[in-house]
Amino acid sequence: MTTEGQADGRMGGWADGDPRPAISLRALTRKFKDLTAVDGISFDVQPGELFGLVGPDGAGKTTTLRMLSGVLRPTSGDALVGGTSVVRDPEGVKHRIAYMSQRFGLYTDLTVRENIDFYADLYRVPAAERPARLERLYHFSALGPFENRLAGKLSGGMKQKLSLCCALIHRPEILLLDEPTFGVDPISRRDLWLILHEMVAEGVTVLVTMAYMDEAERCDHVGLINRGRIIALDRPAALQKNLGGHMLAVRPSNGRQALDLLRAAPGVRRAALFGDTIHVTIESRERDWPGLEAGLRNAGVDLLDVHEIEPGLEDVFIQQVAAADAAEAAV
Amino acid sequence: MSKAVDVTGLTRAFGDFVAVDHVTFDVEEGEIFGFLGPNGAGKTTTIKMLTGLLAPSSGEGHVVGHDIRTESEFIKQRIGYMSQLFSLYGDLTVDENIAFFAGLYEVSGERLEQRREWVLQMSGLTAHRKRMTGELPLGWKQRLALGCAVLHEPPILFLDEPTSGVDPVSRRNFWDLIYTLADRGTTIFVSTHYMEEAEYCHRLALMNRGRLIALDRPATLRSAMAEPILELATDDGPAAAQALQGAPGIIEAAMFGRAVHVVVDDAARATHALPALLKSRGLAVHGITPVRPSLEDVFVSLVRREGGAVIS
Amino acid sequence: MALSAQRLWAIARKEAIQLRRDLRSLGMAFVVPAFMIVFFGYVISFDVKDIRIAVFDQDRTQRSRELVQAFSASGRFQVAERLERYGDIEPMLDAGAVRLALVIPPGFQRDLGTGRTATVQAAVDGADANTASIALNYAQAIVSAYSAGVLLRATPRASPVVAQARVWYNETLSSSNMIVPGLVAMIMMIISAMLTALTVAREWERGTMEQLAATPVHPTEVIIGKLLPYLAIGLIDVSVAVFIGMFVFGVPFRGNPLLLVGMATLFLFGTLGLGVFISATIKSQLLATQIAMMATYLPSLLLSGLMFDVASMPWVLRIISNAVPAKYFIVVLRGLFLKGVGFSVLWVQGVAMVIFAFVGVSLAIRAFRKEIA
Repeated sequence: MTTEGQADGRMGGWADGDPRPAISLRALTRKFKDLTAVDGISFDVQPGELFGLVGPDGAGKTTTLRMLSGVLRPTSGDALVGGTSVVRDPEGVKHRIAYMSQRFGLYTDLTVRENIDFYADLYRVPAAERPARLERLYHFSALGPFENRLAGKLSGGMKQKLSLCCALIHRPEILLLDEPTFGVDPISRRDLWLILHEMVAEGVTVLVTMAYMDEAERCDHVGLINRGRIIALDRPAALQKNLGGHMLAVRPSNGRQALDLLRAAPGVRRAALFGDTIHVTIESRERDWPGLEAGLRNAGVDLLDVHEIEPGLEDVFIQQVAAADAAEAAV
Repeated sequence: MSKAVDVTGLTRAFGDFVAVDHVTFDVEEGEIFGFLGPNGAGKTTTIKMLTGLLAPSSGEGHVVGHDIRTESEFIKQRIGYMSQLFSLYGDLTVDENIAFFAGLYEVSGERLEQRREWVLQMSGLTAHRKRMTGELPLGWKQRLALGCAVLHEPPILFLDEPTSGVDPVSRRNFWDLIYTLADRGTTIFVSTHYMEEAEYCHRLALMNRGRLIALDRPATLRSAMAEPILELATDDGPAAAQALQGAPGIIEAAMFGRAVHVVVDDAARATHALPALLKSRGLAVHGITPVRPSLEDVFVSLVRREGGAVIS
Repeated sequence: MALSAQRLWAIARKEAIQLRRDLRSLGMAFVVPAFMIVFFGYVISFDVKDIRIAVFDQDRTQRSRELVQAFSASGRFQVAERLERYGDIEPMLDAGAVRLALVIPPGFQRDLGTGRTATVQAAVDGADANTASIALNYAQAIVSAYSAGVLLRATPRASPVVAQARVWYNETLSSSNMIVPGLVAMIMMIISAMLTALTVAREWERGTMEQLAATPVHPTEVIIGKLLPYLAIGLIDVSVAVFIGMFVFGVPFRGNPLLLVGMATLFLFGTLGLGVFISATIKSQLLATQIAMMATYLPSLLLSGLMFDVASMPWVLRIISNAVPAKYFIVVLRGLFLKGVGFSVLWVQGVAMVIFAFVGVSLAIRAFRKEIA
């Protein structure tokens, strides 16, 4: 791990090679009146890791991140961020992190440069180090040519890049990002991910939330969160592998009819239509598929294409939610 | 069979800036048509012209048989529209919202009763009809919004990022409803940034810099993407990505999680050449596996080929 | 945690840049106070000049002519009509041709001569109650001055003690001299609280506060940093207001300008702090502005001694009035404008304003939370 951050003493926390996690949540809970937004969440994020907290709106992602960044007090439980407790020393946490809120949090009536300078001042970045850092951030973000543009006049993707620049100007050891790619087009989304991967390569710990599963594959570890609880936590590949069963992409001549037939057939765990293609999850291709194929053909459905596909994290999520609901119902 | 949307040479300029540049395409009745593109690509302008909110500078188009230049008022009455920031009133009950939109679309009497029951049943909100809309989970609100958008049974429905932010379960339920509508002949026109939504469409149109740069089935787009992608496992991803930038046969090399995704011009040749290339820089390769391009890869590749997105 | 001048300065500079780009706030900061001083200065001015009156002199004697002469010599009245019949008064008043009719009854001179009470009648147009009562006050003052003169002349040695009234500091009894310094205080109070009432609430509404709250910035740095640009604006406003008072309304400024700056700084810290306090507590720009308006406008209008004499109010209001900062600033401004007094006299007000500044800023800092919800 090479971190220039250590050189200026900003890493604090643990010594190099220390096995203690960069972020450690311990039964972290937050209630708003009747609603338990975050319900006793515990997990660790290791130093230098890219961790994705993935779940739909209202699952508790933002509440969790706010607690980790010291701007929201937990109702119970605690979290150590860079070894500092968010309950006992929320201000201490703020020295170690950079937090990027979901809603654009910069000043729209300040220029790109003025916003960056403002955050550099707040974190007391030494004047001598600023030109080099700024140049690097401009290199990442391609914001250089827009230095004097008002932040409010930037496109959505550029705004997010600017937020990231402001978050990175003080070289935080831990980066907490709340849906940084929300509302950003695919091109800018890629650029944002490139910057994040660079940060991780430099040893920064990154915790990022997202509502969409396709981006989660980029993370070292993924926590799936639903209704304030972690329903699955592992490496993305392991999550997909543990899903079990096989997924086939089937392109029938009559999608709607085929879908109804497949959903009613035994041995089909799930079938969902994607355009003119049905994704069918079955236990075993050898055992289950021949019967299903025959059934479709007998009903007059032609199969234009059948091939096996890897389940996405979205499928993992759906299954985990179903499993969690079933467990809840059983109690 | 008549087309639900049919545009030829559609163009719209704002001063010197050509937002939409001779766009030609058509949409079948009952088709789910996805409309993609980066910000500033001309998506919004095109949709405004199709929905009668903006007159084209040149070119022509018909939406459900009506001329977009001369019959825009008529078109407005016959389309349904639902945006991601849907316009339900949070402080009205489910019933009151339905009644409000029925009033807007002049649906009344017995037809209103029928449609109300249909919307409630379709959205699964029959038991919650007296609840405040603002209290409902996002997925339910989205279904109600969809119901309100099709209260007047429009032949074509425009959706703007309809399921952004909802959980995957709700999203699938939502799309099931969309498929049901499409099955009954309603044409669905979806504009979105999200590839998850694009996957659900029958055909996708991709816009960039005001032009239509691709139009096909998602699967075809994926397989037609000329440049293969290889996933490279190494000890030092960033160094490998750096070393590969600009190397012969390499179009792009970028970190993807811990791995490096390398876009190459020829998969077989690259698989063969990459280990040696990296070894000469002191980097060991643990594995090279081809990656099935995602729709996002396709999107990025096509946009790059067309000169990149407009940066503004 | 140690405070940082760098962070404080960053906040102040950011706020100043935003202000510079926000024409609406700048307009409110610079144009509105000047406009209000001029506007209120003219409207509230109690001076009424050249009121047109009609005279129905039924006595037609030397004394009655003297009284009419006293009216026109006062400069307040202009004898526009001389009437022959009592019945002409009403139509004249109705038509608005005159505002007041003076009726001198027959036997006015005779009554004065015999030491009996002589009565004159003044009929006013009550439709404009304000002008009417001012006109009546003037009329009464002229009549009593006249009768005092008559008494003195009639019995030169009858009164062993003669009260000689002389008005100090405001020799011309001009109401501008009283009103303008008070107005400066009131307007500064309202404007400064309104200006800062927006600052914190705006950051909550625009979502910038969440980002700011996650940085190591200290609440004191945020509050003081936010106050500084507004303090500069406030001081400019006070100066402009003082110049308007001097050159538009002709109010003399006799005190030490530096003392004015010092006192104004204290006053502004308090009022600006109050605005930030409201803003940080309410978190909504609209509501915060309305509350700031309520919290400053009424007290400084009613309880500051600007319009109404606080000493003659019920004790509850008298106590409350002590918490109205404009009350002290008015005393300071009147003292500086009219009397030219120095710190040796105004230190009491100075102490009161130090307390107020301290309370205002502390409340603001305490109310500012680096937390969401």
